[in-house]
Amino acid sequence: MFDTNELVINMGPQHPSTHGVLRVVLRLDGEKVVDADVVIGYLHRGIEKLSENRNWTQIILLTDRMDYVAAATNNVGYCETVEKLLSLEVPRRARYVRTILCELQRIASHCLWVGTHAMDIGAMTVFLYAFRERELILDLFEEFCGARLTYNSMRIGGLPQDLPPGWDKKVLQFCDIMSSKVDEYEELLTHNRIWLERTKGVGIISGAEAIAIGLSGPPLRGSGVPRDIRKDEPYAAYDEMEFSVPVGTAGDTYDRYLVRMEEFRQSLRIIRQAAEGIPEGPIVGKVPRLIKPAAGETYHAIESPKGELGYFIVSDGKSTNPYRFRVRPPSFCNLQALRQLIKGHLIADVVALIGSLDVVLGEVDR
Amino acid sequence: MADDPQKPPPDSGRIPGSPRDQEASAAADGSVPATPPKAAADKPAGAAPAEPLKAEVSRTDAPGAGASAAPPATPAKEPAPKPANPAAASTATTSETSSATGAPSAPATPPAKPAPAAAAAAKPAAPAAKPAAPAAGAAAKPAAAAAKPAAPHVPAPPAPPSGPTEPPPPADAAVPAYIAALQRDLPGGVTHVSLYLGDWTMVVPAAQLLEVARRLRDGAEGLFDFCSDVTATDWPPRSGEGRFDVVYCLYSTRRRQRVRVKVRVGENQPLPSVTGIWPAANWLEREVYDMFGVNFTGHPDRRRILMPEDWQGFPERKDYPLEGPGELLMENPVDWLKLRQAREQADIE
Repeated sequence: MFDTNELVINMGPQHPSTHGVLRVVLRLDGEKVVDADVVIGYLHRGIEKLSENRNWTQIILLTDRMDYVAAATNNVGYCETVEKLLSLEVPRRARYVRTILCELQRIASHCLWVGTHAMDIGAMTVFLYAFRERELILDLFEEFCGARLTYNSMRIGGLPQDLPPGWDKKVLQFCDIMSSKVDEYEELLTHNRIWLERTKGVGIISGAEAIAIGLSGPPLRGSGVPRDIRKDEPYAAYDEMEFSVPVGTAGDTYDRYLVRMEEFRQSLRIIRQAAEGIPEGPIVGKVPRLIKPAAGETYHAIESPKGELGYFIVSDGKSTNPYRFRVRPPSFCNLQALRQLIKGHLIADVVALIGSLDVVLGEVDR
Repeated sequence: MADDPQKPPPDSGRIPGSPRDQEASAAADGSVPATPPKAAADKPAGAAPAEPLKAEVSRTDAPGAGASAAPPATPAKEPAPKPANPAAASTATTSETSSATGAPSAPATPPAKPAPAAAAAAKPAAPAAKPAAPAAGAAAKPAAAAAKPAAPHVPAPPAPPSGPTEPPPPADAAVPAYIAALQRDLPGGVTHVSLYLGDWTMVVPAAQLLEVARRLRDGAEGLFDFCSDVTATDWPPRSGEGRFDVVYCLYSTRRRQRVRVKVRVGENQPLPSVTGIWPAANWLEREVYDMFGVNFTGHPDRRRILMPEDWQGFPERKDYPLEGPGELLMENPVDWLKLRQAREQADIE
């Protein structure tokens, strides 16, 4: 009667703490997770297949629908890959604006992450604070491209339109507001006893293990691996920016949290430099009227807020759509580590770990 | 924009046709093309041949404005003809209006005044003629197809490419040390090396994949410890010697370099799983299996990942349809079956 029987429970796909439609089948021994099976695919829309049947420009707006909390980053990654295939030079002004947009998206994505992650663990206040600041970024985007979530904010070769007058000043104003707000979040969490208890020592993964399982982005840097594509393989205007790459030491949930908090500040640093130094000039390069890259293939990766966002595109040189369109979604590869991370932890830590990986199911399933 | 290159065909297709054809199509097009013949009828007989000729000139000019931008091969030349084109177009219109007024001096003025503009316009006109010629040939085909109602409406698509272009590196490009080491230590391990847009790609036989992967990860020259991506490309015409290219995108976190490894594999041919070397490949290989049906042997957990477990077929193959039967199948399968049977019977009859 008092035997410990393993119990299989099903978490999700409709669960408030799985950030979308993620299903985790947990095998429990009491409150301890013995094993887990992560089931995905509930949001699969076939974006890759669909893209192979759309022309090169139409795909930009499909990429919005992958990581929908950082849509502009997806646009930039895709456009840069096509520009690489076309061997197209992008004007410096466009590259600067792309840098600003990418970093604004990183802050917006991290705002959403810190809010929901803290709320999963039980800190309600941060959610309201972080969404307040995210709203400011959405306003900036709305002014730039008219949309608030799926921006379609990039074109192959440059930008869809020039910046609205005074936009760069507003961005700088936002930086001033945001830098004090990051301190506010940290005040609420970083030394909070409950926060420390719930995150320290939870889901430890070493640097070597993290590389082997394919983690990228903040989860990898939290394990002490200083890998950031913005530094290692600079794109947009990152080679002209000064910033540092924060890394953790322990590789636990708390370190991943600290890395992202520091990334807020580094992003603000980049935005300030870029917004102050936006050069004058054209916003679109010499784009052929009919986009039809020569036959060939390439892989190009950028650092999205979640990690390495790569595009592998094959052009056959004959049709006006890519022959093969493949996205390397960072959330997909990061989520793979979840099973390894939650083994041996309490069931309450599962939500903390899902939050700490910062996955967006739209990108996992595509 | 896309319409511009397609505009010349109906025009150029009409020219060799009989005058009655011309009239009928002009009437079908609308009032705009119908005006020149009318104007020609108003004019004395001497002016008549000059009128359509001028219309001809302005017409070839107009697609030239769109087509001059169309050849992407010479983007540097693009800005040069651009300013010339509006000028040419405007001179053409002025000459037309002057001739419409009936002034006898009109034919004399155009060659005298816009001589430099015409010379400039000749440049865009020449490339414009090039895209027009195949377009005319293409236009003749659908026209012939349209004549026979039984013929399929869609013109046959161009033959699918039979494989990727893998340009070999130029002679002066130094092969990276990790590839050179593989070629030296593992004869037959690398069948082809390619460099395109700065990306090195190796083609590896399936039998040697694990050995090559292990050497790439552990060899001091490579240290490719990070498996970025595993994906595949489907080349159906190559079904004989292996229709899939399984592509491994590797990265070295210590040497900060990338390489792609490609393996050609057939539909029912097994491919060893690299999960033992890079655990990150686990889900990525599952996705390749799910989407393409590539059989990975030695995979710890070979199930579908994105599609439902009982799904039939492999969606990202090129022969898999983009659209399915839609909601009818989900809501009322019996009706859907009846519909399908009816369609099949119609096909047979």
